[in-house]
Amino acid sequence: MSEAPAAPRPVSADPVHLADLDLLVVPPRARTGWKVLPARVAALCAVELQKLRHDRTELYTRAIQPALWLLIFGETFTRIRAIPTGGIPYLDYLAPGIIAQSAMFIAIFYGIMIIWERDAGILTKLLVTPTPRSALITGKAFAAGVKALIQAIVVVLIAAVLGVAMTWNPLRLLGVAGAVVLGSAFFSCLSMTIAGIVLTRDRLMGIGQAITMPLFFGSNALYPVSVMPGWLQAISKVNPLSYQVDALRGLLLGTPSHLLSDFAVLLVAAALGITSASSLLARLAR
Amino acid sequence: MTRNAKDDGGPAVDAVTCDGLRYSFGETQAVDGLDLSVRDGEVFGLLGPNGAGKTTAIRCITTLLPVPAGRIRVFGHDATRERMAVRRLLGYVPQQLSADAGLTGRENVALFARVFDVSRRERARRVEQALEAVDLTAAADRLARTYSGGMVRRLELAQALVSAPRLLMLDEPTIGLDPIARTNVWEHINAVRAATGMTVLVTTHYMDEADQYCDRLALMHRGRVRALGTPDELRTGLRERLGTEGPLPTLEDVFRDVAGSGLDDQSGDFRDVRSTRRTASRVG
Repeated sequence: MSEAPAAPRPVSADPVHLADLDLLVVPPRARTGWKVLPARVAALCAVELQKLRHDRTELYTRAIQPALWLLIFGETFTRIRAIPTGGIPYLDYLAPGIIAQSAMFIAIFYGIMIIWERDAGILTKLLVTPTPRSALITGKAFAAGVKALIQAIVVVLIAAVLGVAMTWNPLRLLGVAGAVVLGSAFFSCLSMTIAGIVLTRDRLMGIGQAITMPLFFGSNALYPVSVMPGWLQAISKVNPLSYQVDALRGLLLGTPSHLLSDFAVLLVAAALGITSASSLLARLAR
Repeated sequence: MTRNAKDDGGPAVDAVTCDGLRYSFGETQAVDGLDLSVRDGEVFGLLGPNGAGKTTAIRCITTLLPVPAGRIRVFGHDATRERMAVRRLLGYVPQQLSADAGLTGRENVALFARVFDVSRRERARRVEQALEAVDLTAAADRLARTYSGGMVRRLELAQALVSAPRLLMLDEPTIGLDPIARTNVWEHINAVRAATGMTVLVTTHYMDEADQYCDRLALMHRGRVRALGTPDELRTGLRERLGTEGPLPTLEDVFRDVAGSGLDDQSGDFRDVRSTRRTASRVG
C-alpha cells in the first residue's frame, strides 16, 4: 500500500463544462418477459458484426485451413476414390464437413474468449447489467453462430470456386444457415461450459485441442459413419457434429439425409449447452 | 437537472446499506461482518490495503457475488432477492480496463445502452450525451484500442452513465494513470455527479484522491470497517486519540493507525496483484 504521487489540480486542465444531460438522469424503461432474450441476443450479435467490420483479419486467416482441406485433402481423395460417397465426387462430399469443421473451430474459441473477457473485466461489467445469465450465454452462443455463419459463407464460396456442385436454392441456404448457427451455439456453449469448470485459459486451451480433433474425426465430416469401427460409430451417434454435417450435406448437395432429426438434435444440444454454460457462469464471475 | 430520493417525495433512503455482510473464499474470510451506509448523493470512498475486502464487498453490492450472510440493500432493494432491480440502479466500472478494444468508443457505449433497454429512438442521443459528459465526442468513432489510459477510463464512465444510474460504483478508477489523467477523470466524475445527483461509491488506494474528492470514507481492514467519517473527522479523531499537538495527521497516518504495519504478508493474493499490475501496465 503506497500513496501515489500527489495529483494536484493541474493549472493546464480545463474545468469540465457539461452540456445538457437531460437523458442521463432518466432511466430507460425496462423490457420485461420474453422481450429481454431477443434484445440481448441482438445486442451481442451486433457487437460481433461490428468487430468483424473493424478487423477482418481473423476471417481471412481462418479461411486458409478449410481452403487447404478442400484443395489438398479433397482433391487428392477425389482421385483415389477410396471413400464411398454414394456416387458424388469426394470434394463435394467433403465440403459440408469442412463448413461444419470451420464453424466448430470458431465456436470452440468462445470458451477462451469468455475467460479473456472475465480477466479483462468485460464479462464482469455485462454481468452487472439487467441481463439474466441465460440471456448472456444465449447471446454469446448466437454471436458465435453469426461469426461462424460468415465463415461458412467464405468456405461455401471457396468450395464453389473449386467446382463443388451445391444448391443455390434460397430456402435450402436458409436451412444451411440454421444448421450452422445451431451447431455453433452448441459448440460455443460446450466450450463455455468447460471454461466454467476449468476457469483458466491455459487449461482450456489444452482441453479445447483435446476435444476438437475427436469431435471432428469422430463424425461423418470426412467419411460416412458406415466405414467406421463400431466404437467410433457409437461416438458419432452422440456427436452433434455428425447431425450438423448430415443436415448440411442434405441441404447443400441433396444427398439422402434426416433433416428433421438432425435439426431436432441440434436444437436440443444447443438448449442443453445454453443451460449448462449458464449454470456455470457464476463460477467465472467469482 | 438532478434527482434523488427526496425529489420523489418519499423519505430519504440510503443508497447502500450493508448489515453484517460476510463472505469467504474457502477458509479466507474476505468480508467479516461489514456494516456500512452510503447516503444518497454523496461520494463515498472505501479504502483499505489489498486483501482488505473492498473489492469483495463491491462485488456483493453489484450482485456479482451472492450474499451468504448478512444483508445488502441498494436504494431499498434487496441485493439477493431483487437482483435485476438493483442492477438497473447501478453503473459499474471495474478495476480492469474493461472497454472492448475492438469496438469504437460509440459502439462500446451503445452496447450498454442496448443491454439497459434504451429504445432505438433515443439510443443515439443518449449515447451522444454520455460521450459528451466525458469529453469523448471527438474520439467517439475511433477504436478504443487507440485511446490513452485516461480516455479508456472516461469511456468506461460513459458506458456506466448511459443507463442513468443512481449509484455509480468505481473500483480503483484511476489506478495506473498519471496525475493529470487522474485529476481529469475525477473532474469528470464530479461534474457528472453535480449534473445528475447520483451517488458515487469508489474504492481507491490513493489517499490524496480520497481526501480531495470523497465526502466520507470508510477504512477497511481484514473484512471490516475500522474507521468511518469525513476526511477531516478521521484526521482529527486520530490527533485526539494520540493526544498530540501540531499539524493534523494525514489520511495515510490514519490508514497506518487503522491497518497497522506489516501488511505485506496479507496484501492480496496472486490474482489481486496480477490484475492490478495488468491494469497499470495497460494504461501505460
